[in-house]
Amino acid sequence: MEKKIRVLIAKPGLDGHDRGAKIVARALRDAGMEVIYTGLHQTAEQIVNTAIQEDVDVIGLSLLSGAHMTLFIDVATMLHQMQIDDVLIIGGGIIPEEDIPRLKKAGIAEVFGPGTPVETIVAFVKKNVKR
Amino acid sequence: MENKERTKPTKHPSTVEAPLDQTTRTENPGHHTFHKNLSNLDIKTVYTPEDIKDENFDVDIGLPGEFPFVRGVHPTMYRGRLWTMRQFAGFGSAEETNKRYHFLLDHGETGLSVAFDYPTLYGYDTDHPLARGEFGKCGVAISSLVDMELLFHNIPLDKITTSMTINGPAAIIWAMYIANAENQGISKNKLGGTIQNDILKEYIAQKSYIFPPEPSMRLIVDTFEYGCKHVPKWNTISISGYHIREAGSTAVQELAFTLADGLEYVKAATKRGLEIDAFAPRLSFFFNAHNDFFEEIAKYRAARRIWAHEMKKLGAKNPRSLWMRFHTQTAGCSLSAQQPEINIVRVTMQALAAVLGGTQSLHTNSMDEALALPSEKAVRIALRTQQIIAEETGVTNTVDPLGGSYYIEWLTDTMEEETYKYFDRIERLGGVIPAIEKSFFQKEIAESAYRYQKEIEEKKRVIVGVNRYQLEEDLGIPLLRMDEKGEERQIHRLQRLRKDRDNTAAQRRLAELRKAAEGTENLMPFLLACVHSHATLGETCGVLREVFGEYKEQAIF
Amino acid sequence: MTDLIEKVLAGDARAIARLITLSENNAAGAVPIMKQLHSHTGNAHVIGVTGVMGSGKSSLIFELALEYRRQGKKVGIIAIDPTSPFTGGALLGDRIRMMDLSTDSGVFIRSMGTRGTIGGLTSSVYDVVEILDAAGMQVILIETVGVGQDEVDIVKIADTTLVVTMPGLGDAVQTIKAGLMEIADIFVVNKADTPGVEQTVAELEAMLDLAAHIERRTPIISTSAKEKKGIPLLIRNITEHKEYLIRSKGHEARRRQRYEAELIEIIRKRLMDLILDETRLKGVVDCCIDQISRRELDPYTAADQILGKILK
Repeated sequence: MEKKIRVLIAKPGLDGHDRGAKIVARALRDAGMEVIYTGLHQTAEQIVNTAIQEDVDVIGLSLLSGAHMTLFIDVATMLHQMQIDDVLIIGGGIIPEEDIPRLKKAGIAEVFGPGTPVETIVAFVKKNVKR
Repeated sequence: MENKERTKPTKHPSTVEAPLDQTTRTENPGHHTFHKNLSNLDIKTVYTPEDIKDENFDVDIGLPGEFPFVRGVHPTMYRGRLWTMRQFAGFGSAEETNKRYHFLLDHGETGLSVAFDYPTLYGYDTDHPLARGEFGKCGVAISSLVDMELLFHNIPLDKITTSMTINGPAAIIWAMYIANAENQGISKNKLGGTIQNDILKEYIAQKSYIFPPEPSMRLIVDTFEYGCKHVPKWNTISISGYHIREAGSTAVQELAFTLADGLEYVKAATKRGLEIDAFAPRLSFFFNAHNDFFEEIAKYRAARRIWAHEMKKLGAKNPRSLWMRFHTQTAGCSLSAQQPEINIVRVTMQALAAVLGGTQSLHTNSMDEALALPSEKAVRIALRTQQIIAEETGVTNTVDPLGGSYYIEWLTDTMEEETYKYFDRIERLGGVIPAIEKSFFQKEIAESAYRYQKEIEEKKRVIVGVNRYQLEEDLGIPLLRMDEKGEERQIHRLQRLRKDRDNTAAQRRLAELRKAAEGTENLMPFLLACVHSHATLGETCGVLREVFGEYKEQAIF
Repeated sequence: MTDLIEKVLAGDARAIARLITLSENNAAGAVPIMKQLHSHTGNAHVIGVTGVMGSGKSSLIFELALEYRRQGKKVGIIAIDPTSPFTGGALLGDRIRMMDLSTDSGVFIRSMGTRGTIGGLTSSVYDVVEILDAAGMQVILIETVGVGQDEVDIVKIADTTLVVTMPGLGDAVQTIKAGLMEIADIFVVNKADTPGVEQTVAELEAMLDLAAHIERRTPIISTSAKEKKGIPLLIRNITEHKEYLIRSKGHEARRRQRYEAELIEIIRKRLMDLILDETRLKGVVDCCIDQISRRELDPYTAADQILGKILK
C-alpha cells in the first residue's frame, strides 16, 4: 500500500483570510495527499499538537495579516523544542522578501508569496518531504 | 428620379463569431479563445439592438435620479458633486495613523476611512494574549476612548465624514467615535460617516465575526434604531460585497449575495418594528471594482435597479429608501506582488469602472499592497489616480455615459437575471441565515475561487507579470516601515488608563451593560456609558462575549 | 520497537500517531507491534457515529468528547473522510469542528481517509481502535463518512452505534437508509434547535413500533450540539446500552463480531497484497485475466488456479 503524504494547513493568529489556504489544500488533495485543515484562529500549541496527532509530513502556515514573524517562528520554535525535526514547514501569504531569510533561519523551509502557482507548491512538497 | 426608398436595414444576427483562422493566431500569438467574463458568462464578439430588443427605455433604464435608478441615484451625479475620495488607512498606533490621515487630507482626499488591526477587529485590547504579534499590522490599534482621541487629533469631525471598517465590535467603536466627538463639543446630530457593521458577510467571507448570528443582528438593529433617532446623518451599515469578491466569488455572486444580505437586514429591522422609510435611507453598500471593466459597470447598474425594485416591494415609499448608495474599493486580490508598479495601471482601470458605474465614494489601492501596507508615495499616487479621472478625463461631464450601449444594457440585464436565480436558491434554503449555516455561500465562493485559480494556472486567464510577461529578477520597491515602539507605547497607555480611571464607575457601567445585554434594551446608550467611563474595548466586548457567546465557523472547502 | 510499544501503552501522543501511520501505510514494522498490543486491549467503549450527511455528526462528537472529559474519561476520536478514487488524495475536514480539544492531553484525534476501500472500513481502522484502546482511551468515537457501505460496517467495530439524523429532511425514516435503521443502538435527532423535531421523533417511533418484537426498544434522543443540549442524556443512554450488552451477554457477542470482522479483513488484505504483489502472483493474475477476456478460461477456474498457488 502506498504511503500518503499528510499535510496540515494551518491559519495561525487572528487572520481570517482563508481563500489561499483552501485553494492550496484542494490542490494538494488533487495531487494525492491527505490534507487536514485546522480552520481559523489557531495558536501555536493547537497547531503543533494537531501536527503530532495527525503525524503530518508537512505543515503549511498561511498568514496575510503581517504577524508572520511572531506566529510562524512560534510554531517552528515549539516544534524544535519538542525535537520534532522530520516535518517540512512551509509558509504562504503576504510576507515581504526581506523577512524571508529570518523565517528560513527559524526553520521555515520555503515561503510562497502571492502569485505562486499551486503546482510550484505541490512540486516543492513532493521533493522536500523528509520521510 | 431619386430613389427615396432606403435599403431596408439588415436584420442583425445576434451572434457573430470570429472564424477560427490559424494564420491570425500565429500572426498574433497573444490571441486566445477564452472569452468568458469573471462570472463565467460567455461574451459574444459583438452586441446589437437584437440583444436588448425587449428593453423599454422608460421602464428599465430611464434617467438618473429616477426609479429604477439604473443610471445613478442623483440626477446630476458628478456634475453636482464628485464622489468622495476616501482612502482606507490605518497602521500601528493611533498617533502614527493620525499623521497618515493628515497626509491624505493635505493631498486632497475628501473623506476618512479607518482600518483597524486584528485585535481591535476581534474586540481584544492590545495586551490580550491572543493579540500576540498582531498589534498594528493590518490597521490601527484602538483599545479605548483615549486612542480614539489621538486618532482624530486636530481633525474637525463636524466637517468631515469618517468610514470605519469594523464589524463584530462596530457598535462599541461607533460609541467611541461619538463619545470622542461629544468631548470635542460636536453633537451627535452633526456627525456624518459610516460603520461597516455588516455581520452576515463576515460569516460568509471576511470571517471577523465574534458573536453568533442572532445577537449580532440584535446589535445591528440597535445601531439602526439609535442612528435614526440620534445620529441621523450616519450610515449605520455598509452592506458589503467587496470581501465576498476578495474571497473569490464571481461578480454575479458578489452582487447577489450582497443584496440578499441587505434585504435580510431590512427584514430584521422591520421585524423589530422600525419604519422602513426611517432607516432605509441610511443603508449604504460597498462593492469591489475588479478587472473585467464592463462587467463591473453593469454590476453597479444592476445593483441599483434590483435594490430599487426590491425595496419598493417591501413597502418603502420615500424615494431615498430606494437609493442604493455605495462605496467602492478597487480589488485587492487583483494586485500582483510581481512588478508592483503595474498595479497602478490595474487600479486606474478599476477606478474608472467604478466612476462610470456611479459610485458615491472610492478607495484606490496602492501599488505596494500585495506586499505591505501603503507607503506615502504609493498612496499619494493612488489618490492622484482618482484626481486625474475626476479632473482630466471628462467622464464626469455626463451621467452614465455607457447607458444605451448594447453590451452594457445586455450585461446589466443578464446580471440581474442571474442574481434573481440566486435569490430563488437562497429562498429555497430557508433564507440567508439558514443558507449561511448550511455553508451555501461559502461553498459557492470556494468553488469560484478554485475555478479562477485553475484558469490562471492553465493560462486561460493571463495575469500580466504573474503567469505571462514575467521578469527574471524582480525589482523591489521601498515598503512602509512602522514605528517599532508603537506597541510598547500602546500597552503603557492601556495600563495607565486602567489605573487612572474611576474603576468603580467603569465596572458599574460594564455591569449595567451586561444586564441590558441579557435583556432586550437598545445597547447603544450602555455602550456609550462604558466608553465614556474609559472601559476598554476588550472589557466591553468581553461582557458581550460572555452574554452572547462566540461563533465557531463550520469550515467548508 | 519495544520503545514504541512502551510509549504507546504510556499514552505518548507521538508514539500513538507514529504507530497509526505505520499501520495505515501497511509498513512491515507495524505488524509485530500490533501483535503485542492486542493483550492490552478490550477496555475502551467503542462508539460508532453514523447517519445522514449534514446532521452535525462532528459537532455532536465534539460535545460528547467534552462531556466525557468532564467525567474524567480519556477520549479517542477517529474521523473518517472519503479518499478521492481519482487522485488518491483526501480533504480531512472533520477535525475543524473539534479544534478546541487539540490542546487537551486527554483527547487524541486522528483523521483518516478511506484510502481506496470499495465500501467497508479499512483494516487500519481496526488497528487504530486497538492502538487507542491500548494507549488508555476509555471511550473511542468513530465518525464515518456517511455514504456507502462503511456506514453499516461500523456496527462490526462499535460496541454502541449511534445513527444520527436531523429534523426537516422530510420523512425521517426514508432519509436514513434501510441498513442503518436496523443497526442503530440509539437514534439521535441532532440540531433539535431547528423546527420539526417532534415530527422526526414521532416518525422514528412509529417505525420502531412496527419492528418485529425485540428485547430492547431503541432509544431516540434529541440533541442540539449548537445549544449543548441533550448530551449528558445521550451519554447516559450510551452507558445504559453498554450495561445492557454486558447483562444480556450481547457484549461478548459484539466483541466476537468485531474480531471476526477484523480477522477476515486482515486475511483479505494479506491475500490482496499477495495477488497484487508484482514479484509473486501479479503476473499470473494478469495472465489469467487476459485468458478470461479471450474466453480461453473462465473466472472460477482462474480463481482455483490462483488459490491453488497461494495455498501450496
